[in-house]
Amino acid sequence: MSSAPTSDWISITEHPLSPDELSNWVVRPNCGAVVTFSGIVRDHSSSRENVIALEYETNAAMAEQRLHDVVDEVRKRWPALERVAVHHRIGRVQLSVSTVVVAVSAPHRDVAFEAARFCIDALKASVPMWKRELWEGGSAWSDETSPIVNARDQ
Amino acid sequence: MAKLILLGPAHEAAGRREDNFDGPTLDDVLQEAVTRYGAEFRALLEISQVWLNGESAAPTTLVDSHDEIMVLPPVSGG
Repeated sequence: MSSAPTSDWISITEHPLSPDELSNWVVRPNCGAVVTFSGIVRDHSSSRENVIALEYETNAAMAEQRLHDVVDEVRKRWPALERVAVHHRIGRVQLSVSTVVVAVSAPHRDVAFEAARFCIDALKASVPMWKRELWEGGSAWSDETSPIVNARDQ
Repeated sequence: MAKLILLGPAHEAAGRREDNFDGPTLDDVLQEAVTRYGAEFRALLEISQVWLNGESAAPTTLVDSHDEIMVLPPVSGG
């Protein structure tokens, strides 16, 4: 489910993410800074070793709406931003593979760094998404959770 | 009948992803859901948010067949 790219490109997808594709897409002639964050599956959590994959579950329409809210908020706070791309995987994602990518562009680096940081933090706090940790022979919901909030309150 | 949508750990606790309830209020739906699904769901509901058509709503809000109630346990995206 991808929005037609204009200045924002938001997607909740079962397909592999490409940080390079998003980094390239946000490039604009008036921008001297692109910041790209890629969140990847790691082999442990606070309560478990030997994680081999994560499995994400959501309501895609609601998650996409909440991602738009994140982008609306980041544009209010950093009006100098140019392009913003936020893609999140759903379904199973294997070890060391990207689960989420945020890419932003701005004329200068301070805005790009701060806005990208806000996007990933606000996404984690405000988008209805749940992950299971999978290991050999079992799985469980992640216990690294936070009560859902609105992006504007982040 | 209002539709209840159970997401993430809530669907596991309830044993289903969707269900239907008569109401008449949001709170009535949630009370009936606890009766149907049991203690694990009750515990999860206490730490979850509940949205009516995508937004927070008062427990006394009347619900009908056009309404979608979503139980959102604490999130773990990213």
